[in-house]
Amino acid sequence: MHATPILDISGLKMVFRIGGREVAAVQDLNLTIAPGETLALVGESGSGKSVTSLSVMGLLPRGVGQVAEGSILFRGKAGQAQDLTKLDTEGMRQIRGNDIAMVFQEPMTSLNPVYTIGEQIAEPMRIHLGRSHKDAAAAAIKLLADVGIPDPERRAKQYPHELSGGMRQRATIAMALACDPVLLIADEPTTALDVTIQAQILDLLQKLQAERGMAVLFVTHNLGVVAEIANRVAVMYAGRVVETGTVADVFARPRHPYTIGLMRSVPKLGEATELKRKGIPLPTIAGSVPSLVQLPQGCSFAPRCPFAIDACRADVPSLYETGNGQKSRCIRWQEI
Amino acid sequence: MEEPLLSVRGLTKHFKPAGFSRGSVVRALEDVSFNVPRGKVVGLVGESGSGKTTIGRSVLRLIEPTSGEVRFNGTDLTKLSAAEMRRQRKSMQYIFQDPFASLSPRMTIGQILTEGLEIQRAGTRQERTQRAKAALAAVDLPADAFDRYAHEFSGGQRQRIGIARALALEPQLIVADEPVSALDVSIQAQIVNLLRDLQIRLGLTMLFISHDLAVVEYICDTVIVLYLGRIMEIASSEALYADPRHPYTRALLSAIPSPDPAKSRTRQILKGDIPSPANPPSGCVFRTRCPHAAEQCARVVPPLEEVSPGHFKACIRHDVSG
Repeated sequence: MHATPILDISGLKMVFRIGGREVAAVQDLNLTIAPGETLALVGESGSGKSVTSLSVMGLLPRGVGQVAEGSILFRGKAGQAQDLTKLDTEGMRQIRGNDIAMVFQEPMTSLNPVYTIGEQIAEPMRIHLGRSHKDAAAAAIKLLADVGIPDPERRAKQYPHELSGGMRQRATIAMALACDPVLLIADEPTTALDVTIQAQILDLLQKLQAERGMAVLFVTHNLGVVAEIANRVAVMYAGRVVETGTVADVFARPRHPYTIGLMRSVPKLGEATELKRKGIPLPTIAGSVPSLVQLPQGCSFAPRCPFAIDACRADVPSLYETGNGQKSRCIRWQEI
Repeated sequence: MEEPLLSVRGLTKHFKPAGFSRGSVVRALEDVSFNVPRGKVVGLVGESGSGKTTIGRSVLRLIEPTSGEVRFNGTDLTKLSAAEMRRQRKSMQYIFQDPFASLSPRMTIGQILTEGLEIQRAGTRQERTQRAKAALAAVDLPADAFDRYAHEFSGGQRQRIGIARALALEPQLIVADEPVSALDVSIQAQIVNLLRDLQIRLGLTMLFISHDLAVVEYICDTVIVLYLGRIMEIASSEALYADPRHPYTRALLSAIPSPDPAKSRTRQILKGDIPSPANPPSGCVFRTRCPHAAEQCARVVPPLEEVSPGHFKACIRHDVSG
């Protein structure tokens, strides 16, 4: 992708203040997303993937989490780039729900139980686009149809509790799309759903993206979902991106030991029977994710890494270019 | 043939709406029958509302089944008094999904591990301590964990404690309810390996409840696929993944995103939502989403039929479901 990115995060460091101490939840973060592209941010608990998406939206509680370094350049509908880290509350409010919209894991937390589905989808259009009540209500019904909700006129008059989990997630997607955003941030949008419903929602997101040409930042822990939906992937571990590249390259030739370990430790359907017959245990990553409060010296993954040598424990490795835009934060990337 | 350790016959559970609310009866389980042979692992898979957890809890009578039999070592547990049931529970243990909710924050790990033994009046205090420490060792936790509290441990370690608690009583049957679902991917594989290793080493019999079909494939000998409180298919795990016979099983396997972008994506996407168990479809409960549903499917509840040795499916469309 050589188009001018719509999102350009550079040198971002997000700091949390916990018990008088500063903890970096995200650091050395550089990411770009081109128009129409889907970037997947993948990682386990505490990797910093959700903090990254929340900081783009300016949704981290003030005084608790804040940007310590770096910039988040965003090119919205108006066309010129602005640094989201420099915007005040009002400036951010203009962008949120309008230029950038978000879909969360749990649809019930983003839907208000005392308003109808139709009212909630219409609201951003009235606020950001200045549309009339009547006009926005009609547009809301059309959006519900677009996200595949049958009988949209009736559904628009219902309250969130009257919808199933899958339908609610469709409704939050309709709400996110209301103002035709240029960037959609989807934070584990299918994690709370059953697998047959997840398949429907992934299919819907792909269809909507193709129709509207919006960019998507897709946060997930599920490598299967990444393979299905994304063009590019950034793998995060303990607050840093450890590997990034196109999905095809990273899945075919992972260049970071953590990515390799993560891919191996997901049991693959149809292959486990063979392992079981031979009595081979599932491949694992030894140990557990380090606490952000006391990150190990040097490479954060070194204590769990089968390839670690003394040099790994000296300094934090930089992101090495390994070819075709793929990058790995491993000093031994050529050997693995 | 040897008598199975656990034999469930016609298990049915209807939840009545609470208090004065006018909701309808939720049909969580309808006429479920299966066996768990000694030393084997049987998997219960399905989506929300399929009844897999209801089966697990009914087996231990953590909830009371509406009708049906649960035979454990030949004894029908549903007929036992509370005191008799408590004696049986010594031989049956439960591993819960959430390792943060299932361990008391006020008890040391030692207290958590010996509590069950105390309730069952097993051995002297010293013997109980010894058994608890042996269980800790079995799940690869350090001996000093005995005097520490749950909050000092990570999610994966807590799940090991949950497993140790179940093992301490040396049960004949373990019901593991989504034991790895709350864990990070890299930790899941560690716990799955531990369970598999313990199962083989100790010859455990296990009912393994999960929505993750890949994990089930690795750990289970037999898999039971559930949908809306009914059994759709039963097969050995080899047969189920190589040759799924029921349209629902096929759709379920096809819906799982593959972590291989090179693989061709010929996914079959089921239409519509899982119906409410308060108002299940007539006839075959899957027919409202089934690509092969025929008129007949609305009229008859398909019986579970053996299609090849040990492989059962509940579908009358033999022409399409094989």
